[in-house]
Amino acid sequence: MDDPTLWHRLQFAFTIVYHYLFPQLTMGLALHLVLWKWRAYRHGDAIAGETARFWARIFGVNFAFGVVTGVPMEFQFGTNWARFAEHTGGVIGQTLALEGMFAFFLESALIAAVVWGEKRLGPKRHFLCTLGVFVGSWLSGYFIVTTNAFMQHPVGHAFDDKGRMILGSVSEYLLNPWAIAQYAHTMIASVVTASFVIAAVGAFYTLKKLHQPTAALFLRSGVRVGLVAAVLVAFPTGDHQAKLVARHQPVALAAMEGRFESGTHAELTFIGQPNVRERRIDNAIQAPAVLSILAFGTPQRSVQGLNDFPVDQWPTNIELLYYSFHVMAGLGTLFIALMAFSTFADVRGWLARSPPLLWCLMLAFPFPYIATTAGWMTAELGRQPWLVYGLFRTVDGTSQNVSSGNVLFTLIGFTGLYFALGVLFLYLVGRELAHGPGGPAPSAYGDPAPDGPGGGHG
Amino acid sequence: MAEFWFAALAITLVLYSVLDGFDFGAAALTLVLGKTEPERRAVISAIGPFWDGNEVWLIASGGILFLAFPSVLALAFPAFYLALFLVLWCLILRGIAMEVRSHVTDPMWRSFWDVVLALSSGLLALLFGVALGNVVRGMPIGEGSTFTLAFFTHFGTTGNVGLLDWYTVSVGLLSLVALLAHGAAFLVYRTDGALRERARLLERRLWIGGGVLFALVTVETRFVRPELFDALLERPLAWAFSALSLAGVVGGARAYAREHDRLAFLGSSAVLAGLLGATATALFPTMLHSTLDPARSVTAEQALSAPYGLRVAVVWWPVAFALAATYLAFAFRANQEKIRSEPAVDDERPHGST
Repeated sequence: MDDPTLWHRLQFAFTIVYHYLFPQLTMGLALHLVLWKWRAYRHGDAIAGETARFWARIFGVNFAFGVVTGVPMEFQFGTNWARFAEHTGGVIGQTLALEGMFAFFLESALIAAVVWGEKRLGPKRHFLCTLGVFVGSWLSGYFIVTTNAFMQHPVGHAFDDKGRMILGSVSEYLLNPWAIAQYAHTMIASVVTASFVIAAVGAFYTLKKLHQPTAALFLRSGVRVGLVAAVLVAFPTGDHQAKLVARHQPVALAAMEGRFESGTHAELTFIGQPNVRERRIDNAIQAPAVLSILAFGTPQRSVQGLNDFPVDQWPTNIELLYYSFHVMAGLGTLFIALMAFSTFADVRGWLARSPPLLWCLMLAFPFPYIATTAGWMTAELGRQPWLVYGLFRTVDGTSQNVSSGNVLFTLIGFTGLYFALGVLFLYLVGRELAHGPGGPAPSAYGDPAPDGPGGGHG
Repeated sequence: MAEFWFAALAITLVLYSVLDGFDFGAAALTLVLGKTEPERRAVISAIGPFWDGNEVWLIASGGILFLAFPSVLALAFPAFYLALFLVLWCLILRGIAMEVRSHVTDPMWRSFWDVVLALSSGLLALLFGVALGNVVRGMPIGEGSTFTLAFFTHFGTTGNVGLLDWYTVSVGLLSLVALLAHGAAFLVYRTDGALRERARLLERRLWIGGGVLFALVTVETRFVRPELFDALLERPLAWAFSALSLAGVVGGARAYAREHDRLAFLGSSAVLAGLLGATATALFPTMLHSTLDPARSVTAEQALSAPYGLRVAVVWWPVAFALAATYLAFAFRANQEKIRSEPAVDDERPHGST
């Protein structure tokens, strides 16, 4: 109870995992909105326009929850991770400031126009505003991923006379190869999430025999974009990310795979439990040589095990890291299978007539959220015990004069507040889903809409 | 470099205060000024297109602290730990209240969120004033690299001070009243009918109260930080800001009398910007003033980040600032028409009948 680092970590982990539930849908959905708006604008596709209008409303709710849960992140660098802020502010302050100045202002300027402004702006300007929100949200993603990539694989830095990290080369920092790989992987994963959500709503309406033919477009966009994204998230982006981990964080890779012994023809573990005390993996089901091939492209290369590293270099929670990685990778594989099969069914024209498959698609939407969370847990747990890999330890980054009790107090506060926010979010999205596409569009902040009084729809 | 980034931080924070200030003030007055549902809706519609962008100026200020003065962030934020989380939770609540209240037409739903919005916004106006009071008065920075700040200690302004004392509470009250007045000025500018009339009347009273509190805080500051007055007198930039403030008072009052609502709101903004600008000018170069030992105060120069990173940021920051200012100008241009709050002939069906 009196290890403050643990509570600081838990609070940051909880608030950022919760926060990231919203932006991943924002970023993925922004791409879908741009695609639908383009079809509506260029080809006069009324169904695509209707679809974009419906999802823009969900986007608006989701965006608002993303904004309010995002503000605590920047504060916590100061309140909970003061020594980290002081030691790395010269480097990561750059991207955090860039994100606010270039991405957040752009998004905040255009979000209302996207959600409420279609009638007033006309098709061309409304399309451009949607494109602007897409650019803003994906730009924001780049700055924040670059910040994380520096913590995973520090490049472009120097040290000042007090030993603090300062910027050495802005181009090296912003074009960190780790950042580019991680960005591609993260963004495409957000498209997977959005595609699953869209397909799930399409499947729900189709099963309920509601809102045709709009729901058919939901299904089609969801499964087709979903298939492309589910493949890309594994190959080449996930694969490339894993190779970077193998090269630059070999001890993290060993822990992700629960591998203690070194050797060539390293096996890939599908199922098994790391037994850290006995330093082995229990009840393992493995494929020989696959890990060597995946990590280095050849079975001849040796993959190091945890035994090769001093224990103080090991990630601090090997079991959780192992499970996170396997959950992410396992789900990612299932996503490809589900979306490939659904796309096949869609191309052959029987997707909408197959209730079992529709049920699967409808119930599948939480799993991309689980996969992205597990993916981030893999990245962040694998980085331990470092805040900045190899340079700055996590225990050295906390605010020294903030007690465990204070952190626990605010963590409990966040838990309660975020529980209430979650209920509220589900209620509001549930109302939008019950209302469905079509019908009178509500206008901003409850202004009476031209075609009916009241902002809501009941 | 220290001057540039201190100025950038001050400009960003002043813009934040003036911009989010009007939506804090207006939101806090939702229940007082909005007697009917359409009037409350008009208040929310008036600030709706702005609040999100306004709040980004706070994020932008945090960004500058992180980028240019990381050690100030590292020293001050943990010291204000619980107070900052209170601010955060209020920011979350008001953002959510703002966005969700319009989704459901049920009167109880809307009343609930209006109360949440008004209380959290009012509390924030007060807390940001207390924060400013703490910056002016100083913090108990002593031996060692950290300090903590109790909610209150002996309620005095010297030695081992706390978050609240007679000075910081006065500044908090001034902030609350001034931002309420500023919010009322914004509502006068953006609405019409009975709501505008009520806002006009209240704005006048609030500014009188704000003037009295300002005089009180000025006298108090004379005792708490006498050296700030010398700095004010010595620095031409501080005169310029004071002149801006004075111009805001005179111009704002004239515009108010002539019912030139936009100009009156600009006057109100100039008053706030001038006062805060003059304060920042007087505070320079100190960022964190120590109440225990002036030698332990932290100046902008001492806290400044390494030069290379700042040279990089000097290139992109003005570009981003110009873009943000452009968006802001567009937002005001796109929202010039007054918001009607009295039922038009075609809007007399009861709400929630769709």
